Amino acid sequence: MTVIEARGLRKAFGTTIAVDSVDLRVEEGRILGLIGPNGAGKTTALNAILGLTSYQGELKVLGRDPWTHRDQLMRDVCFIADVAVLPRWIRASQALDYLAGVHPRFDRAKAEGFLAKTAIKPASKVRELSKGMVTQLHLALVMAIDAKLLVLDEPTLGLDILYRKQFYDSLLNDYFDRSRTIVVTTHQVEEVQHILTDLMFINRGRIVLDCSMEEFERRYVEVTVHPEQVVAARALKPIHERQLLGRNIVLFDHVDRQQLASLGEVRTPGIADVFVAAMGNQASQAQGGAAR
Amino acid sequence: MNMPSNAMPESPLDSQVLAPTDISANRRLYWSVRRELWESRSIYIAPLAVAALILAGFLISTVHLPEKMRAALALNPMQQHELIEQPYNFAALLIMGTTFIVAIFYCLDALYGERRDRSILFWKSLPVSDLTTVLSKASIPMVVLPLVTFAITVVTQGIMLLLSTAVLLGSGLSVATLWTNLPLWHMSVMLFYHLLSIHALWYAPIFGWLLLVSAWSRRAPFLWAALPLLAIGVVEKIAFNTSHFAAMLGQRIGAAPEHAAHTAGSMSMDSLTPLTPGQFLISPGLWIGLAVTAVFLAAAVRLRRYREPI
Repeated sequence: MTVIEARGLRKAFGTTIAVDSVDLRVEEGRILGLIGPNGAGKTTALNAILGLTSYQGELKVLGRDPWTHRDQLMRDVCFIADVAVLPRWIRASQALDYLAGVHPRFDRAKAEGFLAKTAIKPASKVRELSKGMVTQLHLALVMAIDAKLLVLDEPTLGLDILYRKQFYDSLLNDYFDRSRTIVVTTHQVEEVQHILTDLMFINRGRIVLDCSMEEFERRYVEVTVHPEQVVAARALKPIHERQLLGRNIVLFDHVDRQQLASLGEVRTPGIADVFVAAMGNQASQAQGGAAR
Repeated sequence: MNMPSNAMPESPLDSQVLAPTDISANRRLYWSVRRELWESRSIYIAPLAVAALILAGFLISTVHLPEKMRAALALNPMQQHELIEQPYNFAALLIMGTTFIVAIFYCLDALYGERRDRSILFWKSLPVSDLTTVLSKASIPMVVLPLVTFAITVVTQGIMLLLSTAVLLGSGLSVATLWTNLPLWHMSVMLFYHLLSIHALWYAPIFGWLLLVSAWSRRAPFLWAALPLLAIGVVEKIAFNTSHFAAMLGQRIGAAPEHAAHTAGSMSMDSLTPLTPGQFLISPGLWIGLAVTAVFLAAAVRLRRYREPI
């Protein structure tokens, strides 16, 4: 089943084009990482998917138009916008009461179970909690909703490493199964690399890269090149080259691994490295050039 | 895609129909109103605090109650009635004034505050429509606050009467004059009628306007609520040297139409005058006001859909 389908999705704020004719297709059971620099249009694209902003073009989420049917869509979709959106006055118990009151797919016992594992007391108000605990509370609420699509927009912004790790661990262990779909944007790409099934780079409102993680691992190879092989490596047209502690680290796209093994130490690159390469190449190419 | 689409038991359309624990619109509205009460506790704390102050003041005044009652016996029935009823009406007026102010500030913050603290992103992540949200917020000044006012006023007046009775009995005076001049049941009906007709219905466009401004403004909703009205009045005065708009506003805020309810003009709870709900219900001012309220609220619903966090 296709969870999100967009064709020619476009959104402009005055003369600034935030999302520029984006085609997007997310299937059920995937965990898609939407990666892009600040102001790339990630949040605008997510807002369109969540029915928070109007748009031009065609967009269907779970078969519905999000802008006109947001309230119905939200029975099957959850989102965490960022860490600071839970109202500061609400108590944990009130948040549970309210969700149980308005959400047909909210399982209160499940949420209480998640909260019992944290230091959050039912009577605690959001304003009394630390940033990390607010995220724990929000995640507990969201994970207790039997939703088909979960959208996370910078969910771990400003959290320390422990909370960030715990966030993704509980998401994978206690929530994700093959019938759910997750879309996540984050700048901490290293932390999500191992959980993603699909990857999408977005820059200046356009999709720069769209591939599954298997494809990503097949396509991209990073080689720490032996000094004497640098010229040979450059001959194979790497997409990026950087220096680290006096050694040349070269990134290849669509080059045979066997061939590269002779040049030096071969490994799968981090998303961040490919991202830097893709953004750099895009800047040097003609406007709107795609790296796919 | 590792799962064929037919393995998925329900398509989105089915799930809408099949969802076993679907929640009715009324239940969503009910919980949304409760949410408002959790957030804005001034809705009941402010009138309760005023009621406590009134009772404290009244308790002190009972020191002079026996003398006052003796003096009252010498007056004619009309004056006697006014003298005895006066503190009770004053209490009702104070509590009503308090809840009216609470209603104004509540409305101005209702759709503005959630954008300012970004919590609108959380509320919009739930299956509650903008219409339900705006209706729940409109119901606070139009339904909840009148009911709160009624309950607190009646209880306060009841306690005042019990206090007076105890003091009079303690000083060996008869309570007959007091009780015959204070038909509490009739006063409560009058109060209820006043709250329903004036605070819920006649003031509805005021609350609708404030909610609209609260949904629209990016900053200083109070100024945005007041300045345009002032501007219209000023322009009308300069351009045509008339003040119809100001007169209309004054009538809306200060008093109901002459024939609406005898209680409205003087804001008194005089229990001797009969009710005139029929005339109130056929007055065009009421219906025009309600139509305008509906337009304001519809605009607020639409704005909430478009507006993003500030």
